[in-house]
Amino acid sequence: MITLTNVHKSFGPKHVLQGVDLTIDKGTSMVIIGGSGTGKSVMLKSVLGLVTPDSGEITVGGNNVQSGDRDAFLARFGMLFQGGALFDSLPVWQNVSFRLLRGALKRPHKEAREIAIEKLRRVGLTPETADLYPSELSGGMQKRVGLARAIAAEPEIIFFDEPTTGLDPIMSGVINELIREIVVEMGATAMTITHDMSSVRAIADNIAMLHDGVIKWTGPVKDMDDSKDPYLEQFIHGRAEGPIEAVR
Amino acid sequence: MATVLTPLAAIGATVLGLLAAVGRVALFALETVTHLFRPPFYGREFLSALVQIGWLSLPVVGLTALFTGGALALQIYSGGARFNAEEVVPSIVAIGMVRELGPVLGGLMVAARVTSSIAAEIGTMKVTEQIDALVTLSTHPMKYLTLPRVLAATLSVPVLVAVGDAIGIFGGYIIGVTRLGFNEAAYLKNTVDFLQMWDITSGLLKGAAFGFIVATMGCYYGMNSGRGAQGVGRATKSAVVAASVMILAANYLLTELFFTS
Repeated sequence: MITLTNVHKSFGPKHVLQGVDLTIDKGTSMVIIGGSGTGKSVMLKSVLGLVTPDSGEITVGGNNVQSGDRDAFLARFGMLFQGGALFDSLPVWQNVSFRLLRGALKRPHKEAREIAIEKLRRVGLTPETADLYPSELSGGMQKRVGLARAIAAEPEIIFFDEPTTGLDPIMSGVINELIREIVVEMGATAMTITHDMSSVRAIADNIAMLHDGVIKWTGPVKDMDDSKDPYLEQFIHGRAEGPIEAVR
Repeated sequence: MATVLTPLAAIGATVLGLLAAVGRVALFALETVTHLFRPPFYGREFLSALVQIGWLSLPVVGLTALFTGGALALQIYSGGARFNAEEVVPSIVAIGMVRELGPVLGGLMVAARVTSSIAAEIGTMKVTEQIDALVTLSTHPMKYLTLPRVLAATLSVPVLVAVGDAIGIFGGYIIGVTRLGFNEAAYLKNTVDFLQMWDITSGLLKGAAFGFIVATMGCYYGMNSGRGAQGVGRATKSAVVAASVMILAANYLLTELFFTS
């Protein structure tokens, strides 16, 4: 279980998180929605320890994320970055099996390559893709490789940062389906941040609406359309009128 | 009163900013060095950096040294002719190359080629979240990106300097023999006789210091790059400028240390 309790984070005069409280149960898929610049990415990076909150507490499985063995902590996570964040200097298979080629999870070269090819196949890419470099791939393929890398070490918790941004609707649908299948198949806890309502409906068990640095609404995805929450309603229907200012 | 204080405040703010920047670079360099004594080590990245920084810089350093050695021979011959001291060309070319021009020009050429490349590469990795990705993959960016490059540069630049010294002396020899009428054997004898081991060693030590500066500045500015293409461009420019100035400043300090005490 992941819990955030009264988490605050500011960058200079800008107060991004202003008391975030959220619980994500083990084995569930939580999707965080909210407008651009509302702190979704900061929140996700705070859980990973990439950003240190000014105050408040974040725990994963009861342990504070800022204390203890960082390597062991991070070994429990997989993450799909918005732009893929693939390493340009490495071929695809070494990107996928990056964690398996070094550190505590190190495997023999041949085994790491076999696992990479298996994970590539799982996300719908052929073994021929393994020896290409990221710059030789389309945006959709890069997302899939990023997804394969996120699941390569079979993590307990997977984060998805804007998984469908920049993809056409069909490819977005493919990625959404893959994410859902993989999360269910692995029994992993998932946390996704997105603007894409089709992703929300395809991926989420629960959703949380972040606005003005706090969670405005959280609950099961099935209750989303009947929430009566003005912020959530404005966001899911994409209305210019409402409590969320269109120009921020 | 305000008209007097405003320029003073501006100077004070600039000095404080500069001192803060020096402090941040010093802490960054110190952290890099401490990783040398803490595993894991990334041997493959070190070897790759050694090829990129050392081997692939050889042509540019060699050509720079060749032309510098030749020009130096012409200058010393022309200057020495004013007081009938043309015969000092071989010894001055050799001493000038190994003590000063070899390490300084080699360091500056490596700064132009390598510092810019490191800063741009790491800066791009930062803005495309590849550095964050490294962290989430349980890999310390300082260990994986910075230490291999700094270590490779510190070890390979002295070798480049040594090769540059030899090529520079050879450049002087070619000009001395073909253009200035020196006897081949006499030129070589004068070169060897007047050159001392400390001349060579001091140049190589300078090379190691310049190598450390070159890679550290590239990594520092890359890791602290701003967002977007403009941020990476600014980081690259700042890295090369800072590395070049630091090489020249360190050269003065090392020369003071090596030859005046």
